[in-house]
Formats: sequence, structure tokens, C-alpha cells
Amino acid sequence: MRKSIALHLGLIALLIVLQFVLPAYHHGNMARIMVMATYAMGYNIMFGYTGLLSLGHAMFFAAGLYGMGLSVQFLGMGVGPAFGMGLFASLTLSLVVGLLALRTLGVAFMIVTLMFSQTIFLVILYFNPYTRGDEGFVIQQSVRHIFGLDLSDPTIRYFAALVLFSTVLIGTLKLVQSNIGRVFIAIRENEPRAKMLGYDTWRHKLLSVVLSGTVSGAAGASYGILFGYVGASFAQVPYSIFPLLWVLLGGAGTVIGPFIGTLFMFYLIDLSSTVTDAYMLVVGVVLVLLTMFARNGLIGIVRERWAKWLP
Amino acid sequence: MEFGPHLLLATLEGLVQASVLTLTALGLSLVFGVMRVVNVAHGEFYMLGAVLAWFVTSMIGGSAAIGFMAALIIAPLLVGLLAALADWLVLRRIDYDPERTIVATIGLLYIIQQVTLMTYGPDAHPVAPPFNTRLALPWFEFTDGGLSMYWPWGLSTTSYKLFVIAAAIVTLLALWMLMAKSKLGLILRATQLDGETAQAFGIPVEKVYALVFGMGAALAALGAVLVVPIQQAHYLMGDDPLLLSFIVVIIGGLGSLRGTVVAAILIGMSDGIISVFFTPTLAKILATLLVAMVLVYRPNGLFGAKPA
Repeated sequence: MRKSIALHLGLIALLIVLQFVLPAYHHGNMARIMVMATYAMGYNIMFGYTGLLSLGHAMFFAAGLYGMGLSVQFLGMGVGPAFGMGLFASLTLSLVVGLLALRTLGVAFMIVTLMFSQTIFLVILYFNPYTRGDEGFVIQQSVRHIFGLDLSDPTIRYFAALVLFSTVLIGTLKLVQSNIGRVFIAIRENEPRAKMLGYDTWRHKLLSVVLSGTVSGAAGASYGILFGYVGASFAQVPYSIFPLLWVLLGGAGTVIGPFIGTLFMFYLIDLSSTVTDAYMLVVGVVLVLLTMFARNGLIGIVRERWAKWLP
Repeated sequence: MEFGPHLLLATLEGLVQASVLTLTALGLSLVFGVMRVVNVAHGEFYMLGAVLAWFVTSMIGGSAAIGFMAALIIAPLLVGLLAALADWLVLRRIDYDPERTIVATIGLLYIIQQVTLMTYGPDAHPVAPPFNTRLALPWFEFTDGGLSMYWPWGLSTTSYKLFVIAAAIVTLLALWMLMAKSKLGLILRATQLDGETAQAFGIPVEKVYALVFGMGAALAALGAVLVVPIQQAHYLMGDDPLLLSFIVVIIGGLGSLRGTVVAAILIGMSDGIISVFFTPTLAKILATLLVAMVLVYRPNGLFGAKPA
């Protein structure tokens, strides 16, 4: 317990130090990675800890993104309340999707989430006059202020991303060490047994979907605020596949894994895109290799071999 | 055009789409039925079929008919071999675990798509149809003078479109004969019923799986070769067929071949007809949502009787 808290606080401290030493390009990347790692941590609650594989998480990310963006655009809200709207949108969506999709299991669950997500993407396209479809819209720099701080300023943006990331990181750590988190893991390992022990597994699964969807939505809303762009491409299939990939690479069911996976994959794609435009090829190859040779991901391997205490 | 002739035209277009969709969806259904895995890369095998058809026809040159006939044989064969190889190298090693297979085939999807982008390029290329005679269609109407026949302007189809429908029917019959009457069909059905018992009776289940995976991909490729003279070959063309095939296989009942055919005709036709009369995005939204709901409330599909 001590070690795990030290490790995660250490990571946050390291990220604070990096703010002052990273060159501009990597500094910007790291802010983006922290937001995306938050998305991955949200995904991990459902997939890594509860064992529910969703292929449609882009809809939750997009719900946060558009819930925030449309509130700014059409209700004239500041980014603070608009962030709340994003959270509310993704919470509502994840509740509805959870209630429906949890009636199915395994492969059917994966396909149902994929289809709901596709529906959300098409709805965004359909309401083109408001959402501007594929083209998307920009959150004006003049709006991107909170408590008098300019969120488009690189340093402030970095710290805003860090606050989001740290909150979710520590939150996830607390969650998986709590009783609820342990029931999630019990469901992942053996749902009938968890049920037999008297746990209401259905309620716990629903809670897991809602938590996961809302954290993903928070990442989406923050992405829109910090980087100033809202677009339909974030609702498309690749953005459902990315968190799966990040979590698998870093280690499903580890608190720190999603961050490691996002960091690795981000720079892998960054490096390969200097060589070829077809950077999604790297995504494909890594996915296949992971399923074949490293089911537990990087941190999963570390946990197996050296550090059994990793949460 | 009046409503009647317009509807006939929409129905004909729908039939062409339904034919191609039937072949593609049957491939997906066959793989799911026998191997119990979902192949997310199915749409990319479809795309590969179309792209290879373009390569073959442009390599052979000469008359369009010869090139096309060659493509009709070579493209599905190559795609089938490639899929069997992918099965042998990847899926066999992860023991056909359903969830890991989906992740691995998502990986395959991007590999195939991006390698095509790097070699074939981002542009769409047309393939010339082997024959393409325009056939005007008559319309009948009751007038004061009794039944009269006339030729509405724009009501026509092509001989090639009729060929697509015929080719799909022939392939369907051949597949049905194979499954129902041949020894290979018996082996496939035995593996579908119970893989472990089949293995105990000396059926080389791993080889059967590779064969089925190859056959499924080849069916998708065949559908694509047939469609490529109507649509052009493009590296992203696999997305829509994948989604539609999913829809068909789910509505038809996971793993039921007969249900798949019925659902493919139903959905291909209605997709063709709906897209003539309504905006495509709204139609897609309703269709996708409807299918998700079917899966939620009837997990075995509308026609699937036995639990999956």
C-alpha cells in the first residue's frame, strides 16, 4: 500500500518536474498525452478491472467533447460550467448505454457498444448545422479562460492537464483498493461466483460503465477546452480502438498502465509518421503482437515478474 | 419518373446490392458459425478483392472480359490464401479466444488497410465491366384502352447488373451443395456442432479452421470483384460492407447460414430502396440503432433459434 502510493505520487511529481525541463515540442505532447491517458484510465475501469470490453468508448469521449463544445457555442457558457455539461452528457449517455448494453454478454456486448457509438457518430453528422460535422468547430481562445487563467497558454494548459490526470490517477487508485473496486475485479475473474457470494453484479457492472464513461467524457471535454477543437473524427471508430490499444499495451488492470501505454504509443506513432503517412499500420502491428505475445502489457509483465504489489 | 417505374428501378438496384451483400455476409457468418469468432478484418478482405481485381485487369489488359474473368478467379483465391495464412500465423496461436480474436483482427484490419494505402495509393480506380449493354425496361399501365406498355425515360438496367445477381445465385447454390452434399461440408458441419468431438473423430480441426477463414474471406473478395465495375476500388471501401455484414449476420442469427441469406436480401433491398427515397445518413442512423436494439433484446437474432 505504501509503495503504491509512493509510486503514483512519484509519477505526479516527475510530471511536475518535466514541465520545467521539457523542450516546447515535447511539452505540448505531454499535455496531450496526459489528457489521452485520462481517457485510457476511464476505459481501464471497465475493461481492465471489470472485464467488460467496449468497442465504442469514442461515444463517451465525444459526449464530453460535444456536451462542452455545444454549451460554449450555443448557450454562451464559460468553459467551467460547459465542462460540467460535458460531464453530465457523458454520464447520461453511459447510464443509458449501460442499461441497454449490459443485457448482452461477451462478443454481443462488444458489437452493441460499437453500434451505439456508430449511431452517435452518425447523429453528429446528421446535425451538421449545429455540429459542423467532420469539419468541426473551434473553441475561441477568448473563451478558454477559467479563474482568470488563460488555458491556451502552454504552461497553464500543462498544469490543467496534470490536475485532471492526477485526480483520475489517484481516484482510480482509491477506487481499485476500495470494496467496490474489489467487487469489480471479482466480476472480471468470475462473475457467477461473485454473484453467488451475494454481490449484485449487475449494479456493479452498471456503476463501472457509468464511472468509465464519465471519466472518458471528462477527458473529451478537457481535450476540447485545452486544445480548442471539437470535431466528429473523435467519435469515429479509431477513437474507440485507441484506448483499448493504450490499455492493452500499458497493462490492463493496472493503475499506471494506461499512462505508460499512451506515452509509448504516442511516441511510436509520432516517430513512424516521420517515415510514412500510413501510421495506423503501426497501430495494427502492435495490436496483433500484443494479443499474441504480451497479453498483460508492459506493466502487467513488470507486475508478474518483479512487483506483485502493483495495483 | 412516376412512382411505379421509380420503385422498380430502386428494387433492381436493391437486388444488385443485396446480391453482393449476401456473399460478403455469408463469409462472415460461415466464419462465425464454424469457428465461433468475429472477424473484424472481414471488410478489408472485401476491399483487397476489389483492389486485386484492379491489379489483375490492368496487368492483363486486352479485352475487358478476359481480364475480368481472370480477376474473378485470381482475386478471391489470393485473398483466401492470405486469410488462411493470417489464421495460421495469428488466430491459431491465440487459441481462437473470442475477445482476443476481435482485438487481433482489428490489428489485421489496420495492417491490410494501411499496406494497401502505401502500395495502391489513396485514389479510387475503376474496373471496366466485361459487358455493359443498356437494357431499357418497359412499364405497364392500365389506361382507357386496356393494358398498355410504354418505355419510361430512365428506366433501364445493364446486362452487367443482371450478371451480378445471377453470379450471386450460382455461388449461393454452389455453397449450399458444398455444405449439404459433400464430404467437406460434413466435416465443416461436424466442426461447427462440436469442435472437440470432431477432433476426437480424427478431423484436423486446425486445418478446417484455416480453410473456413480462407473461404469466408474469399466470399467477401468475390462479392467485391463483382461490385467493382459498378463502384470503384478504394482502400477505405471495406468499412460499409463490414458494418452491413455485421447487421445482416446479427439479424439473421449468429451462425445461421439460411438466416444470413434471408436477412441479406431483406437489408440489401431495403437499403437500396431507402437510399433512393430518403437521406442516407438518417437511414443509417435508424438501421444501426435498430440492429443494436435487436441484439440487446433478441441476442440470437430474429431467425436464430438455438442459443449461441
